[in-house]
Amino acid sequence: MTNKRKELIVSAISNGTVIDHIPADKLFQVVKILDLDKTEKPLYFGTNLESKKYGRKGIIKISDKYFEMEDINKIALVAPTATLIEIKDYEVVRKDNVSIPEHVEKIVKCFNPNCVTNKENVPTKFNVIHVDGEMKLACHYCEKNTSQANMVFF
Amino acid sequence: MSMKNRSLVSINDYTREEMIHILDLAEGFEKEPHQNLLNGRVIASLFFEPSTRTRLSFESAIQKIGGNVVGFSSAATSSVQKGESLKDTILTVSNYSDLIVMRHPVDGSARYASEVAPVPIINAGDGANQHPTQCLLDLYSIRKTQGTLDNLEVTFVGDLKYGRTVHSLVIALCKFNTKFHLVSPIELKLPSAVKRHIKEANLQYEQYTDFMEVIPKSDIIYMTRIQKERFPDPLDYEKVKNAYILENSMLAGAKDNCRILHPLPRVNEISTDVDTNSKAYYFQQAQNGVYVRQALIAAILGVK
Repeated sequence: MTNKRKELIVSAISNGTVIDHIPADKLFQVVKILDLDKTEKPLYFGTNLESKKYGRKGIIKISDKYFEMEDINKIALVAPTATLIEIKDYEVVRKDNVSIPEHVEKIVKCFNPNCVTNKENVPTKFNVIHVDGEMKLACHYCEKNTSQANMVFF
Repeated sequence: MSMKNRSLVSINDYTREEMIHILDLAEGFEKEPHQNLLNGRVIASLFFEPSTRTRLSFESAIQKIGGNVVGFSSAATSSVQKGESLKDTILTVSNYSDLIVMRHPVDGSARYASEVAPVPIINAGDGANQHPTQCLLDLYSIRKTQGTLDNLEVTFVGDLKYGRTVHSLVIALCKFNTKFHLVSPIELKLPSAVKRHIKEANLQYEQYTDFMEVIPKSDIIYMTRIQKERFPDPLDYEKVKNAYILENSMLAGAKDNCRILHPLPRVNEISTDVDTNSKAYYFQQAQNGVYVRQALIAAILGVK
């Protein structure tokens, strides 16, 4: 598949942001984390697209919207391979990889139902740790680890 | 090294040196248990869930060093019953006390309290999470019976999955070059999150389902209770319930310096015929809790 044909699958945008290289099965989760399901801007997305690097991938294009890196890094928890591309007048003006933050606050629930963050009005706070190659969130309060499979976003 | 006004929420909050400092102070209190150091200062003892043993140990420690206690022994007799938030209770009680000792059924409640309270907090158990003063008294008991904390072979037996005292002690011992023997039914193995600490410290551990073979290797045997309700299938419990009971005859091949510890209360996992064996140390272990708590309170209030 040529680059040209790929462009035809998901429309080009004149101004806005492209989030590329999203794992194919995580596309809708990324949409939700970034609150794009509530946007009123033109939004294009595709998934199960061919990717040389990853086999299959998802892509999101949103017109007239730019993200703070702090916000975009939230998706690194589910889509660590994602890249951010900012477009102005059809030109790429910025390209960045998302990076997994060291600390994650307020965006993910602690999976432990008996954690104080699930019992009292306490915002969640985690340190990001890596156990046997798997990324996990270590709760600052109950000290339990929430794995990727158990992550629920607020 | 200053622990003044610092909360103790999790054993992970302390370095090796800080743990040793508390144990050294506790030795002083063992020699001289009654010292009027607090001169009437007020310590709040907030037990949101009942734990008579821990509460009495703390209250005894406070009074032996001249402090006064205010508080409650169950949530039923506090304003929690009226729906007050933990934050509000902690902020209110902070007005009346110099230090708060708290026991709470929710995991992470002590960390949260330490963030909102203007006075230091000592965690006396937060749900299934941490019980750092139990861990310190275990360390004190190990050091006292072995003369050292370093390079020991420590065997943990029973419920290694849910036992928070086991988790805290394993994590603390990772700072003392321990070799771990982990004896449990397959269903109750030590969680990988705790084993990670052993691996990160480059220490050795071995897992067993059979108890007998590790007894001759052990300097310390730390027994815990296996609870029936931990098994989804009661038949699985029936299969293992007698496999982790320590009887006096099993200690024939144990080392001379071997000592048996247990966080108590015991049910049947240590046969009563062990009680008269000189290797049984679990009742003295509980007594050591008072010295360790005296040391901790004195250090946090800056009077030692």
